[in-house]
Amino acid sequence: MNRDDNEKKSDLRQHGSDSRSDSHHSQVTRREFVATVGTVTSAAILRFPIFADESLTSHPHVQNTTTYQLVPVSLQINGASHQLSLDPRITLLDLLRDGLALTGTKKGCDHGQCGACTVLVNGRRINSCLSFAVTHDGDQVSTIEGLSQGDELHPLQSAFLEHDGLQCGYCTPGQICSAVAMLNEAKAGAASYGSTDTGSSHPVRLTVAEVRERMSGNICRCGAYPGIVQAIQSVYEKL
Amino acid sequence: MNPFAYERADQVETVLEALSRSPGARFLAGGTNLVDLMKNGVEQPTHLIDINRVASLAAIQLLPHGALHIGALARNSDTANHPLVRQRYPLLAEALLAGASPQLRNAATNGGNLLQRTRCCYFMDPAFSQCNKRIPGSGCAAREGLNRIHAILGASDECIATNPSDMSVALAALEAQVRVRSTAGERTIPIADFHRLAGTTPELDTNLQPGELILAIELPKNNYATHSHYLKVRDRASYAFALVSVAAALDLDGKKIRSARIALGGVAHKPWRSEDAEQVLVGKEMSIDLFQAASEKVVAGARPHAHNAFKVELARQSVIRALSVAGGLA
Repeated sequence: MNRDDNEKKSDLRQHGSDSRSDSHHSQVTRREFVATVGTVTSAAILRFPIFADESLTSHPHVQNTTTYQLVPVSLQINGASHQLSLDPRITLLDLLRDGLALTGTKKGCDHGQCGACTVLVNGRRINSCLSFAVTHDGDQVSTIEGLSQGDELHPLQSAFLEHDGLQCGYCTPGQICSAVAMLNEAKAGAASYGSTDTGSSHPVRLTVAEVRERMSGNICRCGAYPGIVQAIQSVYEKL
Repeated sequence: MNPFAYERADQVETVLEALSRSPGARFLAGGTNLVDLMKNGVEQPTHLIDINRVASLAAIQLLPHGALHIGALARNSDTANHPLVRQRYPLLAEALLAGASPQLRNAATNGGNLLQRTRCCYFMDPAFSQCNKRIPGSGCAAREGLNRIHAILGASDECIATNPSDMSVALAALEAQVRVRSTAGERTIPIADFHRLAGTTPELDTNLQPGELILAIELPKNNYATHSHYLKVRDRASYAFALVSVAAALDLDGKKIRSARIALGGVAHKPWRSEDAEQVLVGKEMSIDLFQAASEKVVAGARPHAHNAFKVELARQSVIRALSVAGGLA
């Protein structure tokens, strides 16, 4: 998998690779984390049939709503810039998967009920299935593909492997992207339902109950939750 | 999904101007309800005005006299985590955090939360031809159908749907005002008058008029911050709508109740404020027996349906529980 040299290191990277040893590396090959195939460059040819790379002069108000309107939108995905003209109905999820061949992000329910489509927009986790791509003009999007650096896995990716945080792996990209953001939220003292102290902004104590509540937007049919929780806790205590 | 015209506006003035040019246009903010309904074909707007960049509507700030202004475009998560909300209106923070999922709370806005539509399965799926909310006069499939999550209070023969918002229940308990603007001017709508009962017009969820944009929610200063609790009862531990929820708040003088607020979710077409129950508590010393007496007032007149009779006793017990936690008895 090639990476764009301009890839921006946002606060996704919690820390460097010093926590990974050679023996650890050989442990992860058995369930190798399969990177998705997708070359992302700033001149990406979109795979949808109905739009072009040159921006259409779409004026702000279109009177005739029976014709397709293409809307110019400019966004960064995993550090690479894209200038696109999109049908406004296209969700961010479908843009990523069908338009840009970034198939790491999964479509589970397509209605915001499962979290498999979780990506980071400007560092915040959202369900990409319920977001029209055209509303993200000027935004920075980070997907699962953007977490690793070449062959070097993000600490959360390694932790999911180490702690058996997956079985079929379908929910996993969403789990990991969600967890990346969740750890940042917890570090910043974000509150959660049921946590008794809603007045403090200090880093949160991530008990099992807290992890489960803060990750409740990502469901796993295989039931890999215990491993998921352990993986997340193991990374948090190193932050 | 039907094609639609799309435009962006980044000032309140241009938003209202766009709306007057295209009177049927709908606002698009977080989209967590609207996009869902558009995918289902329940909503088919022909024109969307993307208001996500109207920065002036996202502010959260103190007003003169100590009231709090919460912008309509502030995200639910940002609102729940804002120091002024956490300190002064923890009931609202708790209710916001009880709703949806972290991902949804990051996208959902306060204005959108106020306007979110019922999750009645017959409403959500146009395959069901009988839905007076979608098609006035077509009937109500839920009345003789699967009505486990439906209303036990204030329903009509035409519609037994419930309002799904947690935030709105807390706002009802806190007596919030909703500030709105149109080209005709600005007004505030008390939260009690914002959401409607279904009555004979189930197609109308709120009293927001065409042409009006929600600017903000305003919370009056109060003494409820230290003794309040939002209790949400649901089939799962998290990420599920309320079967029943209770926003309870007490203003205490030692153990004596100076004033109280009780509002319920999951039981009616709008947040269900129970001033009869509140009056039972005023001037009395806290006790479980007292809370029992108040709880009976809340569910008096409840009319269950075939699958939701459990909600009556559940609501009653939840009121006792919420008051107990709020008052520090539990």
